[in-house]
Amino acid sequence: MVEPKPRHAPLPPVTTESVTARILLISAALLFLGLFLILPVVVVFVEALRKGLLVYLQTFGDPDAQSAIRLTLMVAGISVPLNVLFGLAASWAIAKFEFRGKSLLITLIDLPFSISPVVSGLIYVLLFGAAGTFGPWFKAHGMQIIFALPGIVLATVFVTFPFVARELIPLMEEQGNTDEEAALTLGAGGLRAFLTVTLPNIRWGLLYGVLLCNARAMGEFGAVSVVSGHIRGLTDTMPLHVEILYNEYNFTAAFAMASLLTLLALITLAAKTLLELRYGEALARTTRV
Amino acid sequence: MHIRVIDIAKDFGRTGALRGVSLDVRDGELLALLGPSGSGKTTLLRVIAGLEAPSTGQVFFGEEDATTVPVQKRRIGFVFQNYALFKHMTVRDNIAYGLRVRRRSEQPSTSEIIKRADDLLDLVQLSDIGSRYPRQLSGGQQQRVALARALAVEPRVLLLDEPFGALDARVRKDLRRWLRDLHDRTGHTTVFVTHDQEEALELADRVAILNAGKIEQIGSPDDIYDHPASAFVMSFVGDTSSIPIQSDGIGLLHDGQPFEAICHGSCRGSGKLFVRPHDVTIAEASPGRLPGTVVNVHRTARGHRAQILVGNAGVIIEATVDMAKPQVIGERVGLQIQNARVFGD
Repeated sequence: MVEPKPRHAPLPPVTTESVTARILLISAALLFLGLFLILPVVVVFVEALRKGLLVYLQTFGDPDAQSAIRLTLMVAGISVPLNVLFGLAASWAIAKFEFRGKSLLITLIDLPFSISPVVSGLIYVLLFGAAGTFGPWFKAHGMQIIFALPGIVLATVFVTFPFVARELIPLMEEQGNTDEEAALTLGAGGLRAFLTVTLPNIRWGLLYGVLLCNARAMGEFGAVSVVSGHIRGLTDTMPLHVEILYNEYNFTAAFAMASLLTLLALITLAAKTLLELRYGEALARTTRV
Repeated sequence: MHIRVIDIAKDFGRTGALRGVSLDVRDGELLALLGPSGSGKTTLLRVIAGLEAPSTGQVFFGEEDATTVPVQKRRIGFVFQNYALFKHMTVRDNIAYGLRVRRRSEQPSTSEIIKRADDLLDLVQLSDIGSRYPRQLSGGQQQRVALARALAVEPRVLLLDEPFGALDARVRKDLRRWLRDLHDRTGHTTVFVTHDQEEALELADRVAILNAGKIEQIGSPDDIYDHPASAFVMSFVGDTSSIPIQSDGIGLLHDGQPFEAICHGSCRGSGKLFVRPHDVTIAEASPGRLPGTVVNVHRTARGHRAQILVGNAGVIIEATVDMAKPQVIGERVGLQIQNARVFGD
């Protein structure tokens, strides 16, 4: 028997491009990535550290800067849990029940994504401002909404509303009701079934949503800018403080504060990547691709 | 536990609705709900479980009216079509779930829970995989875990939705026998849903045939197969050919052609004549035999079958073929028909 000899090198897979095309495409992507994503991040840190580490650290000693950091943490600390609750309730309702106006609800949840943040802020000024619909009532009862923490939280909650819900709706829809039904037939109550079955099933999606929601809550500028009133040391969040410092030509301090926000984004990204690496298999099983 | 379902209706506005179903499940029996998809068999099972509330009608567990008892309190064991095992729990934790969610006062001690879970693992012959996760198991193993989980709560009735639907043919057959054996040992009143007639006939003590939201017939597998109560039952259970017939008072006519047939009861009336392939004998064409032409011969798992075209209306009758006398396609033959039934339109 004669072994048939291959007459030529094995053909490349049909979906593979030529070497030149590959080099071109990859370098175009890398160039774009470098110019628009990596360079700005590097610039932020270079500018922040231009006058040395000591000056960089000193900028955080400023009481106004500390107040801005505290306020941002507080706003995120209130809005993120609220939106986790809202997101869970909304996606639960949408994924597990059939009702009239469901598609309207889904559209409404997406509204904050499609509306300009400035407009979202303005809505709250019109509602709760001194001349607004409910403003005088709250004022009469000694409550300040606009130009104070409640207004900033309201605006942030509005802007970050979709993150958790959008992550969970497709996930819950795909998983259906059967696991919960199984828990019920085994004697579990509704809350028990939610805690022991639903929550573990959606935990990775929920964590994703929380990370994204948090990043946006801390970084939100437009909506917060309208309702905050820019009172230094009182209603300035970190992004607002960056703007103020920049407008005062205090570049080092501005970039130092910006570097903190950037760091936060990088940590979020790292956490997300770590989760994917560590629990990639579990994620693939429980989240949509 | 004796279960009575009385005049249940469930309106969905789509398929799967129930239109006045009454059913008695005897204590300790294994009952199959058999029907095509959309016949309402799964809905009926879910109504018994308490996962669906009926629009009208009642469900009794023994003497207790369970109609408004919530699913958690019915003490039923339900095995879902895709098992619905909790993915994030080990097999042992899955089985122990029903015991752990009990109220403190009714909860067994931790060591007792573990022991019960292990006993159940033994019962379903999976003693060594208690600490694995569902995704590490084969379909058949998952099925048995789901069953053990349902049994852990000491249910009054075991309800299974298409228990073997997601398994391949070989495993299905083994599990079927295994389930029958388990039932005989534990004696649970069991209701299972299936669209597979063979499964229902082989496994069940009694079979209830559902069609379009109603029960067509309830009886032993022999009853169902040998004494079908309606055209639907006859054609749904077992292979059946049907021939439109007229009766002229003397004999049978198909398409104006007189022929003879031996029927259960009488062959009178008009409508359709139903007959099973093994009750049709292919013989030489002669007066009295239904004439036809062999159009196809094919192999089945149980022997050879011929398809015979009779009359001019395109009616095909299936007959078993004796391979000692193989049929030639195109051959003119006469059919001897016995054990036939006539059902009106």
